Amino acid sequence: MNNNLDWKKYFLVFLITVGLFLTAIYLSNYFGEKKLSQLKTIQDQIAIDILSSETQFSLLSELSCKNVSGASLSNELDELGGKLDWGEKNLGATEEVSYLKKYYSLLQIKDYLLMKKISERCGHKYAFVLYFYTTLENCSECEKQSLVLSKLRSTYPELRVYSFDFSTDLSAVKAMLDIYKIEDTKLPALVIEDEVLTGFNSVEELDIKIKETFKLESKIENIPEKVEE
Amino acid sequence: MISIFSIIFYVLAFMSVYVQVFLLLTFIENRKKIVVRKGDIQLKKYPAVTVIVPCWNEEKTIYKTVRSLLDLNYPKDKLKIFLVDDGSTDSTWHAINKFAKYSNVNVFHKKNGGKHSALNLGLEKLETDFVGCLDADSFADKNALVRIMSYFEKDPTAMAVAPSVMVENPKSIIQKAQKAEYYLSVYVKKMLAFLGAIHVTPGPLTIFKRQVFDNLGPYRSAHNTEDMEIAYRMQSNHYKIEQCNDAYVYTNTPSTVSKLYKQRLRWIYGFINNTIDYRKVLFKRKYGNFSLFTVPAGILSVVAVSYLFFKVVYSLGKFLAHKFVEYRVVGVDFTPSVGSFDPFFINSQAGIFVSIMLYSLVIFSIVLGHKMAKEKWSFPVNIVYFFVIYSVIAPFWLMRALLNTVITKKPSWR
Repeated sequence: MNNNLDWKKYFLVFLITVGLFLTAIYLSNYFGEKKLSQLKTIQDQIAIDILSSETQFSLLSELSCKNVSGASLSNELDELGGKLDWGEKNLGATEEVSYLKKYYSLLQIKDYLLMKKISERCGHKYAFVLYFYTTLENCSECEKQSLVLSKLRSTYPELRVYSFDFSTDLSAVKAMLDIYKIEDTKLPALVIEDEVLTGFNSVEELDIKIKETFKLESKIENIPEKVEE
Repeated sequence: MISIFSIIFYVLAFMSVYVQVFLLLTFIENRKKIVVRKGDIQLKKYPAVTVIVPCWNEEKTIYKTVRSLLDLNYPKDKLKIFLVDDGSTDSTWHAINKFAKYSNVNVFHKKNGGKHSALNLGLEKLETDFVGCLDADSFADKNALVRIMSYFEKDPTAMAVAPSVMVENPKSIIQKAQKAEYYLSVYVKKMLAFLGAIHVTPGPLTIFKRQVFDNLGPYRSAHNTEDMEIAYRMQSNHYKIEQCNDAYVYTNTPSTVSKLYKQRLRWIYGFINNTIDYRKVLFKRKYGNFSLFTVPAGILSVVAVSYLFFKVVYSLGKFLAHKFVEYRVVGVDFTPSVGSFDPFFINSQAGIFVSIMLYSLVIFSIVLGHKMAKEKWSFPVNIVYFFVIYSVIAPFWLMRALLNTVITKKPSWR
């Protein structure tokens, strides 16, 4: 007969297991914090770069357009955007992530305004698309629209897409929503040269639109045909 | 916000880690009691033992099985061997008759009625105080019996002693995976023995005191897992079951996925249904660790694997749906994506660390099982096969066993 239960052992194992879980949570938080601080560093660097470009532009004015270029910033902004998206899904939508997202939106607006100026004054051939989506509800059209924009960005190197989450609580983003009269019921929405397109737009539709509006040329000869539905 | 799926995951993970820590603590408490003896040992007294070999279409392996019994390092006059042909349709009867010439071998033939009925025929003819069974696809090491009997000599309260079951000559990857699993089983069984909570007395050479059957009755069909049911019955009557880690019995294991699937379907179905039959012993203090640890841990493994299965299917479905949308929206992009690896994207959620801990505990358990059986520290590489193969196919036999339980469909032996 061996039915003597060692309750102390059951309790001790419980404490050890709790300890292991707390360690796991601690490690998770530790690496999460590291990632957030990495994001913050990237953002600060981009902020300095934008400010620097702005200052350089003001100093040199129109005389030395060849020295002003923001092309590399676009890639950095894209990378940051990707990491923020990932962070939002995997680090949990913490306050820090939403703060970083606001900061990111602001940097995008600043980059957009600066690049527009550079493009106008210096005649650089850039195409600007503002893209509004939502993360508050399950927006499958937004998911599809993001895929289309990524595809077009790889086709046209000059295309700069600035993405804004409709729910971002930032006055600058709200101002943009007001300017273009973007409504949350008509998302995704795109702004191409002050023209607002609501709902999903396919690769073909946007390709024609971008070609017509910005007179761009594809770096690849043909955009793959959309699959027949 | 944490979803309900995450809560379920963390609850199941917590309980799984709890089980592993419980076993590990049991190991730390009892590590000095675990010995692996080298060479021959002597007993003060050699009690008479009968080993019943139930056979059903075992013409290929029966010779080696009986030979291993005849070669046991145990006095011949103290060892009786009953070979019971359970209505084989091949030449098993012819094969076992060749052994009839040995004075300590008795051969019996009966109409097919299942393994438990063949064992019960042996029990009816029993004249010794100790009895065991050896499956006709298994082979005993020559010191297995004497080592098992030494446990009875040392502890008169022991009512049954189980051996360490090992994989005989593993060739296929499926068998190599099982080799690692059997080491894990040696460890788990030994720990459960310390806890007085073993839930299965394996067919390959578990030895019982005759009183077990005299008092509790013969074997039952028990959903084709009679070796589990007798252990449940013993536990519910507070009969002590020991495990002799240095008594080796080698068994032929399924060599293909489909054979393994059939065997495991039978085992898991047996576990689920024996647990249902003995539900009265669950979570009752008087049945000790068997009731509060072993059976709940088994139930937990069934629930956890089922949950993981649905989670993996769900995630895979979601991934494929996303890829399908991508294909419809932008077509197929054959340009290889040249992105450098960025450690930023390594998942660092708490669940990952919990999973790493759990896997580490299981790997350590297999290494300990190997050490307990072989008396040497090493990392059996078969662990890799074990994790890969079992994580893919185990959910299928588990889900099927659950389904069969619901629709009351009993799985076949082979």
